[in-house]
Amino acid sequence: MIISLGLVLTALAGIIFVVVMKGASALSLSMIIETPKGGYYLGKEGGIANAIVGSLYLAFGASFLSIMISLPVAFAMQREYTSHFAANCSRLALDILWGMPSIVYGAFGFVVMIYFGLRSSLLGGIIVLTLLMLPIMIRSMEEVIRMVPLELKEISYSLGTTKIETTVSVVLRQAMPGVITAVLLAFGRGIGDAASILFTAGYTDYIPRSLLDPVASLPLAIFFQSATPIPEVQDRAYTAALILLFIVLLVNIVSRILGWRSSRYIVR
Amino acid sequence: MSHISLNHLTIAYGGHKVLQDISVDIPDHQIIAILGPSGCGKTTLLKSMNRLLDLHEDVKIEGNILIDGLNIYDSEADILALRKKVGFLSQRPYPLPMSIYDNIAFGPRIHRMKGQQVLRQIELLEKNNTMLGSFSGFNPQVDRSRKNSEMDYLVEYYLRLAGLWDEVKDRLHGPAARLSVGQQQRLALARALAVEPEVILADEPTSALDPVSAKLVEKQFKLLRTKYTIIVVTHILRQARRLADYVIFLYMGELIEHGPAESFFSSPLDERTQAYISGEIS
Repeated sequence: MIISLGLVLTALAGIIFVVVMKGASALSLSMIIETPKGGYYLGKEGGIANAIVGSLYLAFGASFLSIMISLPVAFAMQREYTSHFAANCSRLALDILWGMPSIVYGAFGFVVMIYFGLRSSLLGGIIVLTLLMLPIMIRSMEEVIRMVPLELKEISYSLGTTKIETTVSVVLRQAMPGVITAVLLAFGRGIGDAASILFTAGYTDYIPRSLLDPVASLPLAIFFQSATPIPEVQDRAYTAALILLFIVLLVNIVSRILGWRSSRYIVR
Repeated sequence: MSHISLNHLTIAYGGHKVLQDISVDIPDHQIIAILGPSGCGKTTLLKSMNRLLDLHEDVKIEGNILIDGLNIYDSEADILALRKKVGFLSQRPYPLPMSIYDNIAFGPRIHRMKGQQVLRQIELLEKNNTMLGSFSGFNPQVDRSRKNSEMDYLVEYYLRLAGLWDEVKDRLHGPAARLSVGQQQRLALARALAVEPEVILADEPTSALDPVSAKLVEKQFKLLRTKYTIIVVTHILRQARRLADYVIFLYMGELIEHGPAESFFSSPLDERTQAYISGEIS
């Protein structure tokens, strides 16, 4: 127990240490609020505002879409609504999808987009990220919803409620903290993923003005910048990583507060 | 009023028969104890009466249960109306994941009782108020101008009916999960009463409670029997003696004996009943 905790903390501390050491030097206000100057990140001037905003658009857009799809699906997999067999098949399929490398999602999305004659765009990125996030979100939500005790549902049904009423007013409330964790888990994977949006979201030095414009993202900014031979630009990659870490931390804190608030009423 | 009668009821989980050929008429406005050792099918029998068994997998039910002359296992039976009419208290009380107030208001809200209907229920309650003499001092004026005042009244009424009002009146909007287990069980009682059932099924309602809370729940039951039919599952002989007007004795899935409590305890007919009452089998 203590050893595993130590391992996890050491790994986390190591990553944070390296990212902060290398990235802090290039961190400045202009880094956050300006778009790149010098084209394609290769200049040493300007900032990565396009990637920050792009990543937020992508991750929040995809999270929103995923929640809209995952919640009904996770409920539909409960035994009130479907057979054991169908639910287990869906679980298997989702677990396989969960294990799929994200580059496969990217390639798949790319092929589909070419088929429809679409350019890489914010919309394409959001859709592919949604596909990537769905298995994680559905499976995690479904697990916590399954944990809601049968007795609690019995109580609700015994008051003369329908399945839908019980699902929405009782089961969802009871499972809410877990549902928030599921969203957080998927969000973390989505915002940090580079491969799936490599082809589908495209790349640009500007902030997108519509869903059909290409969009930059932090993971790809890190990827491109750290692949350059220029040391100053490589440092900027670490700065981008630092900002990404900070966003993930912030979202974590916010969702923890939400989770804590929603767990006030739940029954243990 | 509701009259419950079970006819040749046989219930099996998978291939295993839990209850065999149970036939009994359940009297109204009494406390009926379903008595018997653990694992004899008491809870199954209880849950069959508001079709909560439907939630379990692999349950096979033969025979029928008539409530007000209607077979509740008929394919066209209205399960929601049935469950509204037949309330349920579980062994371990589960508050709904919301505030104390919302726990009580949940049922009435689900059944779309608004404005007029709530007012009608309140009028009925006001008439019955005198019947349930326990709460002298309860005479709140329904302030019709205030928003939600009808619901406030209902919530207070049922919390008083369950004997919980004085303990929770200052924290109605706090989480119900913070109540003690004993309070939670009385909350569950208030919540069940709030949908105006005619029958209350209680599955060993005091087994998770401390003696003081258990006594409070029993006291409420005795008070409520004038208006409701209360069916209590218990394996505690002394509790059945204290509470019951009528006893149904199950043993190994069979109905052994049933009758008014007095004669059941004083002169049991079947030797298994005698053995159970004398403590030879448990």
